[in-house]
Amino acid sequence: MALRELKVCLLGDTGVGKSSIVWRFVEDSFDPNINPTIGASFMTKTVQYQNELHKFLIWDTAGQERFRALAPMYYRGSAAAIIVYDITKEETFTTLKNWVKELRQHGPPNIVVAIAGNKCDLNDVREVMEKDAKDYADSIHAIFVETSAKNAININELFIEISRRIPSTDTNPQSSSKGFKLRRQPSVTKRSCC
Amino acid sequence: MAADVHKKKGWEVPNGSLVPADGQHTERSESPTPGLAQGTEPGAGQEGTMFVHARSYEDLTSPEDAGVTSRIPEEGQGDEVDQTNMEQISKDFSELSTQLTGMALDLEEEMRQSKEDKLDLSPQTCRRDSVLSGKEEEDVTMDAWRMHQKHVFVLSEAGKPVYSRYGSEEALSSTMGVMMALVSFLEAEKNAIRSIHADGYKVVFVRRSPLVLVAVARTQQSEQEIAHELLYIYYQILSLLTWTQLNHIFQQKQNYDLRRLLAGSERITDNLLDLMARDPSFLMGAVRCLPMAAGVRDAVSASLQQARAKSLVFSILLSRNQLVSLVRKKDQFLHPIDLHLLFNLISSSSSFREGEAWTPICLPKFNSSGFFHAHISYLEQETDLCLLLVSTDREDFFTVSDCKRRFQERLRKRGVYHVLQEALRTPFYSISQVGIPDLRHFIYKSKSSGLFTSPEIEAPYVSEEEKERLLGLYQYLHSRAHNSSHPLKNIYFTGPNENLLAWVTSAFELYVCYSPLGTKAGAISTVNKLMKWIRKEEDRLFILTPQTY
Repeated sequence: MALRELKVCLLGDTGVGKSSIVWRFVEDSFDPNINPTIGASFMTKTVQYQNELHKFLIWDTAGQERFRALAPMYYRGSAAAIIVYDITKEETFTTLKNWVKELRQHGPPNIVVAIAGNKCDLNDVREVMEKDAKDYADSIHAIFVETSAKNAININELFIEISRRIPSTDTNPQSSSKGFKLRRQPSVTKRSCC
Repeated sequence: MAADVHKKKGWEVPNGSLVPADGQHTERSESPTPGLAQGTEPGAGQEGTMFVHARSYEDLTSPEDAGVTSRIPEEGQGDEVDQTNMEQISKDFSELSTQLTGMALDLEEEMRQSKEDKLDLSPQTCRRDSVLSGKEEEDVTMDAWRMHQKHVFVLSEAGKPVYSRYGSEEALSSTMGVMMALVSFLEAEKNAIRSIHADGYKVVFVRRSPLVLVAVARTQQSEQEIAHELLYIYYQILSLLTWTQLNHIFQQKQNYDLRRLLAGSERITDNLLDLMARDPSFLMGAVRCLPMAAGVRDAVSASLQQARAKSLVFSILLSRNQLVSLVRKKDQFLHPIDLHLLFNLISSSSSFREGEAWTPICLPKFNSSGFFHAHISYLEQETDLCLLLVSTDREDFFTVSDCKRRFQERLRKRGVYHVLQEALRTPFYSISQVGIPDLRHFIYKSKSSGLFTSPEIEAPYVSEEEKERLLGLYQYLHSRAHNSSHPLKNIYFTGPNENLLAWVTSAFELYVCYSPLGTKAGAISTVNKLMKWIRKEEDRLFILTPQTY
């Protein structure tokens, strides 16, 4: 069986649950008292997708401001980027849009973008409507799921969807229609309070 | 003779790479005398040392330290091979500073933006991650807040809060404003405020432009020691930002809110303050080794040494703030302070437990102007063995990661993996092994190796308070011995609960705690026995043969 290595990076504001998503996917575990990531953390997991083995090389980046300038090192050469926000914090969705903008300007062309609205188990304190996020994701041709690393909702599905969207090896990656459109202008850039 | 060599070499070498002359180990005597030269005391490295020479904490607190001038080791003084190494490293550093400029430029951009859009610096963007750290902010108006033993505040020269150990910085902004006013008031008269002593409190100020650090303490520590702890906090901040970046930021914008860049690091600083109250490493300015058979340690060091890469400067294996092995690039010496900061970083976060971490880190005593990149990972999830690989190249993750794999492979091949795990089970030895009845506890530091040893703290020092009290007694002895105006070489202190002895020579420092029933004569007569025991056990308690790549 053919083995493909797929570099994936996680981006997003601090505290949205990037590491929790990775832990759930790689170790199938969850720690409610997880400490903030320092720098970046690297993990791998190999899963079967159709007749291929996909080895995910996952870069879980720190969301804190002082590591901001290091991000290009991780999204450069990535096949996919998972941008995570917290459905209970409106401002993390604003940060997400900034990440999309940055990827568009400096990221690799055809990078598959996945948007994950994490903490969907906290529906009672939701601040970002699922429809708004979905519309935004559609407008930029990104994968969209709401996830819960805590309750293991949609975590594996997120990575399966990435596997599905990654152009297969025999087709020309340039012709893939599912890829992330480099030059497409963002349709909505809602400037919220900050 | 040995003393002559010592004098000729002098204490201060520009790049701090003072190594005891080779061959001194031939003069190692059974039990040291006060006249014994450095490099021959128990625990002294037989083939050079691992650390930059720190005399003790005087040279950490001395005024010339304030400059924190870049310590780029360009003064190559070795043979040609060393020269190329030096050139390589200097080159690496210049590359590092280029990268650094990149980072700083980003900041400039941000600052411009924030000028246009003042709202950018709203509390929301620079919020403290109290939820993340799981720490409820205290109400600063409550008595409980006032009752803390030691408060630590960091502020910018504009009087803006940067860090507070307890309570939220926002709530303390007026208090910090008063602190800055005090500093400025005295500076206007070309004076500098160092401390205020009142009502059982010591308020200690340390000025490291562009920051001001203030401690308000009710502990028994001397002003000098509190200032020393504040310096550690300063270095901790530098290790996150670099001195260059910190200065650049405040040159660009005097009233910059530094909390924004430090967000998420409060946990690391909090942990450092807690650690300093418990762990004598900081007081001693030295590193404690995990006791293990010399053969096992040598095998581990050899495995580390073989798993080298071009960009690696230091390979460090540690377990819970105790050093197992350290391999360094030839002619590159780590400063104990830098190693303490690395230990603290690792112990402050559980995030290193999973996967492999890759993070920029500045080692301020080594070079305060650039970042190294540290690969941090635990060898196995269930153990406390943590491997730290310090590289000069931020793009070199996979090479460095491969070094870890090769190291583990070597360990298995040499069959030391199992013995190593065994050694982890007894991270401390019992004082009873020494065989001196009245002896309760001791700290012995070899000055030339920068290493110290200390047995497990046993009864009657069982509770956390009692343990901290014992460390407090050592702090007292240490401050008396190192008092800048009246340094003491020998101290015998009779207290209600214990008798204490301190013996400081040019080669070692020894602090001993005896039961209160013993006599002074008895204590002095047993010191020799203790020293002989340390000599006998030195290859287990210290790293005598440090390795280079």
